[in-house]
Amino acid sequence: MALTGVEIFKLLPKTNCKKCGFPTCLAFAMKLAQRQTSLDKCPDVSEEAKRILGEAAAPPVRPITLGTGDKAVKMGEETVLFRHEKKFVNPTVLALEIKDTEDEAVQMEKVQAVLTSEINRVGQLLRVDAICITNASGEVERFETLAKTVAEKAPEVPVIVSTESPDAAKTVMGLFSGKGALLYGVTEANAEQMVPIAKEAKASVGVRADDLEALSALTEKVKSLGVEDIVVDSGARKAPEILEHNTLIRRAAIKKNFKPLGYPVINFVQREDPLYETLLAGLGICKYASVVVMSSAEKWKNLALFTLRQNIYTDPQVPMQVEQKIYKIGEPDENSPLLITTNFSLTYFIVSGEVENSKVPAWLAVMDCEGLSVLTAWAAGKFTGAKIANFIKESGIESQIKHRELIIPGYVAILKGAIEEKLEGWTVTVGPREANGLPSFLRQKVAA
Amino acid sequence: MAFTPPKESFRGRVYPVTIGTEVQETFGGENTLPFHRFEGEIPHRPLISYEIQDVPPQDWPEVVREPYSDVSDDPVKWAQFCQESLGAKSITLRLIGTHPDQKNLSAEDAVKVVTDVLNAVKVPLIILGSNHIEKDAEVLPKVAEASKGRNCVIGKAQEANYKTIAAAAMASGHKLIAMSELDINLSKQLNILITQMGFEKERLITDPMCSALGYGIEYTYSVMERIRLAALAQADPVMQPPMVADVGMYVWKIKETQASEQDLPEWGSLRERGILWEALTATTLMLAGAELLIMRHPDAVSLVNTFIDEMFA
Ligand code: SF4
Repeated sequence: MALTGVEIFKLLPKTNCKKCGFPTCLAFAMKLAQRQTSLDKCPDVSEEAKRILGEAAAPPVRPITLGTGDKAVKMGEETVLFRHEKKFVNPTVLALEIKDTEDEAVQMEKVQAVLTSEINRVGQLLRVDAICITNASGEVERFETLAKTVAEKAPEVPVIVSTESPDAAKTVMGLFSGKGALLYGVTEANAEQMVPIAKEAKASVGVRADDLEALSALTEKVKSLGVEDIVVDSGARKAPEILEHNTLIRRAAIKKNFKPLGYPVINFVQREDPLYETLLAGLGICKYASVVVMSSAEKWKNLALFTLRQNIYTDPQVPMQVEQKIYKIGEPDENSPLLITTNFSLTYFIVSGEVENSKVPAWLAVMDCEGLSVLTAWAAGKFTGAKIANFIKESGIESQIKHRELIIPGYVAILKGAIEEKLEGWTVTVGPREANGLPSFLRQKVAA
Repeated sequence: MAFTPPKESFRGRVYPVTIGTEVQETFGGENTLPFHRFEGEIPHRPLISYEIQDVPPQDWPEVVREPYSDVSDDPVKWAQFCQESLGAKSITLRLIGTHPDQKNLSAEDAVKVVTDVLNAVKVPLIILGSNHIEKDAEVLPKVAEASKGRNCVIGKAQEANYKTIAAAAMASGHKLIAMSELDINLSKQLNILITQMGFEKERLITDPMCSALGYGIEYTYSVMERIRLAALAQADPVMQPPMVADVGMYVWKIKETQASEQDLPEWGSLRERGILWEALTATTLMLAGAELLIMRHPDAVSLVNTFIDEMFA
């Protein structure tokens, strides 16, 4: 949590010597609080003050990068508990677990599933971000075989190395040295041996404890051993504990500025039933997980989780609008019907969804009304006969269709006359009031 | 640095709402955020209500039509199937056939279906109109009267038609769903207007408008979170009714629950995709505050029930 100007002032020399370029220490403190100047401008500030101010300026949840290159993913840096306050920053990393006890064929299938998981959804490329290799056998050799396979077949995919055995870690980490891997499985018992291994491979450290108290102590220990890039696991595996621990960790970090828990959280949600596992992954996405480790990556599951993650991590402050243009629904041709609506994104989603449902290919003209719904836009004078006529003329749709018929939402039936007056040669047809009337409306229309 | 769990408690509490007569169900009543049993009381689990409708579900996609193929030609059989075979704790009867663009069934037709269904099942009934402003204002008062004394939920009252619907729900002793379009202020305003008519706020259920995963769920999610925070942290009495998420209707009309795997191989199996879409939309909205969920697919319902079981274990 950022300090206030007065709090910062208390830490300054209070000599008003002006060397910082401000008339008083207080004035300088105020500017610092607003992040409009930097502390190094004051030559006389104490080491103690530097330390406190430096810590306060650090983000409440430490930023950590998993992987390197194009496929690297960022974690942490979150600043709020509820997405309406401010955008959630770094979307939850989805990781697929591969165990060294699984058949080689299964392991290969999973590597392939990750490599081919990429989907384009409304302009964003989404994928399973990481592979978590788990030393379930407890044997070094089997783990090494799996690690080699992954390093060779998926060299660019960020890797989580999961083992509590320093021997296994030592053998395997070399394969991922300098690749931004995460060495998970560091506990109170093995930290002294494990942390140097992570450090040598320039990896971050994933710690596991059995409760939040122990977890706090453990991160302090790892930090004292020289690694600060930490990802935390409270040991929660059941839904209520995942929710409780993730919430308390996020609150402690953000509201209490409690540094020992100011790290990204990793959740393990593996379950027998992939459908049910998806619900737990969804819990992680909504409630503060920076990494979710899963046991499978079916296509339908990926699609649902990518979508949820994208939705939860969108910027709530960006107005709910879609771009003004003529959208194609299906493969419309020169005879396909033309409908118009406003660019409130929900209106667009609902109307386009219903047109799609009708299975009638159509042109959907979406007009910029500053993100207002049809009725509100009409009431605000943004969805008027003249403006609609203008938009249709300028859109160029006239060169793409043969007919001259525009279907308008039933709520603004009143606009029919005004549009026809401004849009010469066109007929305006009044469509249904609610979008759910569109399928039957459109089907009748093309049948006629 | 010693760790003190930063638990939070709130001044406000969500009203508990009990529905039904012979068999009753209660939802709401908590004084903490969704599933936050570690720091507050949640006396009741969220309630899932199975959606059926007055006319055969021709526009439902195959995946969700199939489980009801033997019963969905008759709302009475359908309701009984939900109660007996699926163990439904509540049933939602949507009078979609009354919509002028559908079959334009009359209020009398609707009364008959409602009465028949009420006579056939014991679990609490939620009765929804077709979401056509004028038609709902005509149909819902009649069905409210016909089901008088059965402690049903009637919906949905909206800004343009709440007066007649709320008056009827009040006169017949029902609970009422008040729906507004994804805006906390509109939602508050509508609840105020309805309570100003003398309708008790403890009998209201707020519907901030549902959206499916991928189709605006983040708006519903945040409006729900804000309403819930207003109820708990600010203890705003008009924001304290429980919330409903009308999940099935919004989920089973989008592309993700309809497009075949042949058409979109990168989306995987349609059956799992559809069921998951409904279940994940439901759990996500429960995490935002919904206590009443209206759902369609039996497998999605059981997934969500497993999730609730785990949360309350
Ligand atoms: S340089 Fe430092 S001590 Fe001097 S006025 Fe600025 S803040 Fe105060």
